[in-house]
Amino acid sequence: MERIELTAAWAEGQEVLAEVTKESGVRASKCYQCGKCTAGCPVAFAMDKTPREIMRLVQLGLMDEALQSQTIWLCASCDTCSTRCPREVDIARMMETLRIIAKRKGFVAEKKMDLFHDLFLKSVEKNGRVHELGLILGFNIYGMQPLKDAHFGPSMLLKGKLSPLPHTIKDNGEVKKIFANVRKRGGKL
Amino acid sequence: MKYAYYPGCSLSSTGVEYDISTKKVAESLGIELWEIPEWNCCGASSAHLTDHLLALALPARNLAIAEEKGLDVAIPCAACYARCKATEVEVKDSKEMQKTISEVIERQYTGKAQARALLDVFVNDLGLQSISTLVNKPLKDLKVVSYYGCLLVRPPRLGFDDAEDPQSMDKLIEALGGTPVDWAFKTECCGAAHATTKSEVGFPMIEKILTAAKEAGADCIATACPLCMSNLDMRQTQVGAKYGKNYSLPVFYFTELMGIALGLNPEELGISKHFVDALGIVKKLNEAAGRRDTA
Repeated sequence: MERIELTAAWAEGQEVLAEVTKESGVRASKCYQCGKCTAGCPVAFAMDKTPREIMRLVQLGLMDEALQSQTIWLCASCDTCSTRCPREVDIARMMETLRIIAKRKGFVAEKKMDLFHDLFLKSVEKNGRVHELGLILGFNIYGMQPLKDAHFGPSMLLKGKLSPLPHTIKDNGEVKKIFANVRKRGGKL
Repeated sequence: MKYAYYPGCSLSSTGVEYDISTKKVAESLGIELWEIPEWNCCGASSAHLTDHLLALALPARNLAIAEEKGLDVAIPCAACYARCKATEVEVKDSKEMQKTISEVIERQYTGKAQARALLDVFVNDLGLQSISTLVNKPLKDLKVVSYYGCLLVRPPRLGFDDAEDPQSMDKLIEALGGTPVDWAFKTECCGAAHATTKSEVGFPMIEKILTAAKEAGADCIATACPLCMSNLDMRQTQVGAKYGKNYSLPVFYFTELMGIALGLNPEELGISKHFVDALGIVKKLNEAAGRRDTA
């Protein structure tokens, strides 16, 4: 096992830890490492670090390790962990915040998931609503998998479940302004 | 009874039958739904993973429009509901956040207009007693597992039902004359968009839920979320092929089951739009009812 120099790491991690704590409102120090979050997590089977391990890394100030993990991207935000935590730590909120900060720092362990969410929000900013067909086509093209799930297309269209053109809302200027106002306040969208 | 109605993006595309059946059932029950004019996407489930303020501001605009009208908002989609509820609560909890949000959306929202799950409105405002008196085609002998999904009853402090073992949909099925079947996957997550973005993670999550429903002896699944529906219905054959299983398990929105029990035409409820045939089981129900009537 790799040796980790904890004292130095602790000092180095403090700045990011403070950022995570401020943005999430979650105090990682409350966690007593019982592992209930991991036991109930429906995605734990696919994670490189379990939710409990992520909490421990944050407690120790080993922020880069937490921010570079796949786990924070694979979390499905289902809230099972936060619902069951005996210490009432909002682990799902911690995952969400780590992911936002990881992206800000350029650590994107799951590029396709990141692409999907970027395209989703672009569609919302442009039209006011998400255009599902456009989102999937964009995701397939930019994700270099042009035929992924393509077999669903024809029947979806026939059933009236996909619209070829986006629905743009009349008051879309308001939605564009929301995005602009969030950016003005420092939001990286 | 009158509510503002927020359908959300999925209900005008992949989940169109949820919108159709919601409107038809509400009309039959005498509930007036005022669709929020020019509503915008609530941002689920991308905004909250990108920027916390954006995640609160997008739902806030819709809630602000409802608030101007003095109405609470009925929301069928579990994901939209969760995001709208989170916004309502943060705005209510903090004057500072209320001010920030109002500045970002350039409208007033004070948290007075509440986000309400459609299931909560039907079960707790209208009430099971009132619903059961309107049932004319009971779902007799139909074994249904209620799949609440992960977002409808969480987090517990905001929920209208138990976060671990919710009962409202089961009781609704009972009021409709059906047989609710207990199972352990009521609130297990279906993986949401993982089936699209990372199928090697999403597919096993769907597989576990379908297998559990089958093992519980269910005839069908009832759901309250368009993404759960896509995963369990549209992807059912695809997931079955990967795991060498044939589930043949119809999936219904709970509103569709309500519509059937209220005697509405299944085609008009949008049930023919499903991928796994669901009309067959409805036909069987009706035939059995016909035999009982003649016997």
